Amino acid sequence: MFGNMINKGRIKSPWVVHFDCGSCNGCDIEVLACLTPIYDIERFGIINVGNPKHADVLLVTGTVNQRNKHVLKNIYDQMPGPKAVIAIGACGCTGGVFREAYNVVGGVDKVIPVDVYVPGCPARPEAIIDGVVAALEKVKTLLGMTA
Amino acid sequence: MIAKIIIAILALVLAPIAGALISGVDRRVTAWLQSRYGPPILQPLYDVFKLLGKEPMVTNTWQALCAYVYVVGAALSVVLLFTGSDLLLIFFVLTVGAVFLVMGALASPSPYSQVGGQRELLQMLAYEPLLILVFAAIAMVTGSFKVSAVFELKHPMLYDIPLMFIVLGYALTIKLRKSPFDISACHHAHQELVRGVYTEYSGPYLAMIEIAHWYEVILVLGLCALFWSTSVVGMVVLVALTYLAEIIVDNVTARLTWRWMLRSAVGVGVVLTIVNMLWLYAQ
Repeated sequence: MFGNMINKGRIKSPWVVHFDCGSCNGCDIEVLACLTPIYDIERFGIINVGNPKHADVLLVTGTVNQRNKHVLKNIYDQMPGPKAVIAIGACGCTGGVFREAYNVVGGVDKVIPVDVYVPGCPARPEAIIDGVVAALEKVKTLLGMTA
Repeated sequence: MIAKIIIAILALVLAPIAGALISGVDRRVTAWLQSRYGPPILQPLYDVFKLLGKEPMVTNTWQALCAYVYVVGAALSVVLLFTGSDLLLIFFVLTVGAVFLVMGALASPSPYSQVGGQRELLQMLAYEPLLILVFAAIAMVTGSFKVSAVFELKHPMLYDIPLMFIVLGYALTIKLRKSPFDISACHHAHQELVRGVYTEYSGPYLAMIEIAHWYEVILVLGLCALFWSTSVVGMVVLVALTYLAEIIVDNVTARLTWRWMLRSAVGVGVVLTIVNMLWLYAQ
């Protein structure tokens, strides 16, 4: 029973931490738009925390470059498991228009494992919420809670 | 004796559940005041169950010990209150727990945690004298520091020491980490200090701290209830009105500096206490 309640909590309370990995701020504004009264993601128990140690879901926007890939890896390592990563925007998914640049490593998945990709330039708030829900569906199947 | 043990066990089990529901309602009302829909009432429970299931991660073993002592201290003070024990003993047990929370935060070199810990000490410096003044006033009315003595009164204590209730409300706002006194950590998404004193606690240890916080909420609301000890309905109404006032104050005020907090808490506390005590003497 206790295990069931923990699993239910995992589905019902995904706390997100947002990392701007060299984004143009377009996607970042859309991430923050999810917190406004219009979208109000707290309805689903989603809280935007500022601390990777408290977070369950890492939202990454922007391309990864040679400098900030260490930061990204460090933040990912500080999150206690179980955790999920969502790459947001064209840049986060693949590197976008910057993928050929000499300093760019590429998408987020070149450094850390990504669970869900949310495309768009910038990604719409609805798409970001859908991305978090898709990540939760993935967690559900992992936990064997296919309902 | 057996009745006391049963009450103690009930307090131990029901207090965190009640605390969780109160904080769920709090989040819902806060969302409503901000024209949002808000999370389900059970959301705090979901949060804590999730945190309990997370991988334990500590910067050092002291932190884990501190989280345990904090939750034990908070739970013990609630048990002492509900079994009608001594108010001063409750105060000391509560303080030991709170000090360990700060020690755990200071055990890590993280600047957020350090600043949060220092600010938490300042908050304790502000609310502890207020609590002592309230307890002293209760002792003057009842003639004893025992909680059980309050229930022997013929009329509600609020008639004798109404100003001390305001002092207790001040301490309550600081203890609940509500604006304008959410300077060491807060429950909303203000991220000036990340999570302040909570920053370095994570996973199950954060869950324990959250449970300890629920115990503390019940403890302070229980102290509020003592002011209308003659009827259960009166207690519930008084506590509900007090908490509603807390939520509204939380939403209409901005965070203030620790200097302002210390000055106003000690100022308001001492002045209101002196006025109330003089009035009590004159009667």
